Amino acid sequence: MNEDPKNIILTAQELTIGYNAKNARTVVASNINFELEQGQLIGLVGANGIGKSTLLRTLIKVQPALSGSIMLNGKDLKSTSSIELAKQLSIVLTEPISSKNLTVHELVALGRHPYTNWIGSLYEDDENIISNSIQLVNINELKDKRCYELSDGQLQKVMLARALAQDTDIIVLDEPTTHLDMYHKAYILKLLQKLTKETGKTILFSSHEIDLAIQLCDTMIVMHNDRVDFDQPCNLISQGIFESLFPSDLIRFDTNTGSFRVNK
Amino acid sequence: MKTSYTYSFILLTVILAICLLVNISLGSVYIPIKGIFSSLFGSADNNTWQIIITDYRLPKAITAILVGSGLGISGLLMQTLFRNPLAGPFVLGITSGASLGVALVILGSGLFGGFLATSLVSKWSIVIAASLGSFLVLLAVLAVSNKVRDTMAILIIGLMFGSITAAVVSVLSYFSSAEQLQQYIFWGFGSLSNLSWQELLIFFGIYSVGLLLSIASIKGLNSLLLGENYAKSLGLNLKQSRLIIILATSLVAGTITAFAGPIAFIGLAIPHLTRQIFKTSNHKVLLPAVFLFGAIVMLVCDSIAQLPGSDYTLPINAITAMVGAPVVIWLLVRQRKMMF
Repeated sequence: MNEDPKNIILTAQELTIGYNAKNARTVVASNINFELEQGQLIGLVGANGIGKSTLLRTLIKVQPALSGSIMLNGKDLKSTSSIELAKQLSIVLTEPISSKNLTVHELVALGRHPYTNWIGSLYEDDENIISNSIQLVNINELKDKRCYELSDGQLQKVMLARALAQDTDIIVLDEPTTHLDMYHKAYILKLLQKLTKETGKTILFSSHEIDLAIQLCDTMIVMHNDRVDFDQPCNLISQGIFESLFPSDLIRFDTNTGSFRVNK
Repeated sequence: MKTSYTYSFILLTVILAICLLVNISLGSVYIPIKGIFSSLFGSADNNTWQIIITDYRLPKAITAILVGSGLGISGLLMQTLFRNPLAGPFVLGITSGASLGVALVILGSGLFGGFLATSLVSKWSIVIAASLGSFLVLLAVLAVSNKVRDTMAILIIGLMFGSITAAVVSVLSYFSSAEQLQQYIFWGFGSLSNLSWQELLIFFGIYSVGLLLSIASIKGLNSLLLGENYAKSLGLNLKQSRLIIILATSLVAGTITAFAGPIAFIGLAIPHLTRQIFKTSNHKVLLPAVFLFGAIVMLVCDSIAQLPGSDYTLPINAITAMVGAPVVIWLLVRQRKMMF
């Protein structure tokens, strides 16, 4: 539908994020600019408390932006209705789900809600999309298990399948690798990369796994105290962006390997 | 998967029918099964039997079905909405609100001057007071739940409403006559009997509106199983859904308390029982299952309360807890895990 060679899904322009209290306004980060293309994997990194979650919450319309604009598929996020938003953007959060007494299939099926009728009936199309999503994240053997029987890594895959079943242009994940061991961290991020290639969906995730993100992402958003950078990982490395990410007394960034080293 | 639910539902419906028959056949006057059927279809030769069945036992059994299913469904809605397995019409103060309304009308009539003071208060003013009381408390809970993000705080606020009610009641009872006090205490025991067909019709009307609202909320309730943020991301209009769910609860639980008194335990226990037995949290299965279970349990409790073979009738409130609580404890201990 777009003649542009690049199909832009989500744009942030001159975005300022933060909190509006009664008499004080707390700016968490400002002057944020980026364009997320279709089919890309984008990593959002930064130190603890720098505002990654605030940025994600603003992008998924849980909290309003202080200023600037967010465009989703060319339409201002502010004027996008919640049902339109649900068909274009799905999320995977860090908060635990309220009830784990659902089967994996039932949970993934909840992703079809924006498309189903008033009582949530599933038709053949829905069932196809659900089983397709379950297959994409390789959890077919878990289909009839209940969520409380699953490990953290399995549950994360199930939540991802649910987001896939929502059939949106972009999926936003808040720290999908927390609580996971090294193997599963790599596994989940690698899976995200595979999904962008296979489904053409845009996937934006925040993470503390900077090493892995550098290796897997098409582009990265790096949040510093005073500015926010957006570029391809190799450009960010050559610009020395990662060196200033943390105080240099304990760890430093090794440009050759693209990873952090503990000072000896 | 789907067929196993169908069988369970057929089984439960059959059990409900049997419980209904047993309930109707029990009482101080013995009526044979044949007499019950002929009375139900209006062809009985025995006029006394006919009157006992159609004017006394049948309305009471229908009341039991409405009360049991309604309280169970209100409990289910509250537990999902507040994401708390302890929630129920009682804990949230809905019943306390109704009690406060009734206490003000029955006991306060002596305090606030003469026009009602001498005679006992009519049933309709009790019904209206209870409905108003529970609705006002629910509005307060709703207002608080919009401000306070912590759902535990909402439950504590509900318990505080209970304490306020108890305090106001004790102050009022200090100034009340013995007859008024007795009327209030008897209302507090809960009662399924003494509803006329006309009253039952109004009860059923309001109950149906609440039930329809609950059915309309099934999809929203299911997405709330993920938590509020996920539910919103699925396109759920959270404010509207929350209002509908709370409205449904207040209509159902409020009318029940108004007509049958504050009946304890059922609202909290039935949803847990149903989840343990059906092993699901899907409201499309849970809602009808809770309906059937609630109705069955209430009919059984009522049958026990009549003390078969005697002329005594025990307060229904005592029976629901005495019969039901051990069952829930047993289920939880046996399963070693609470489903929610």
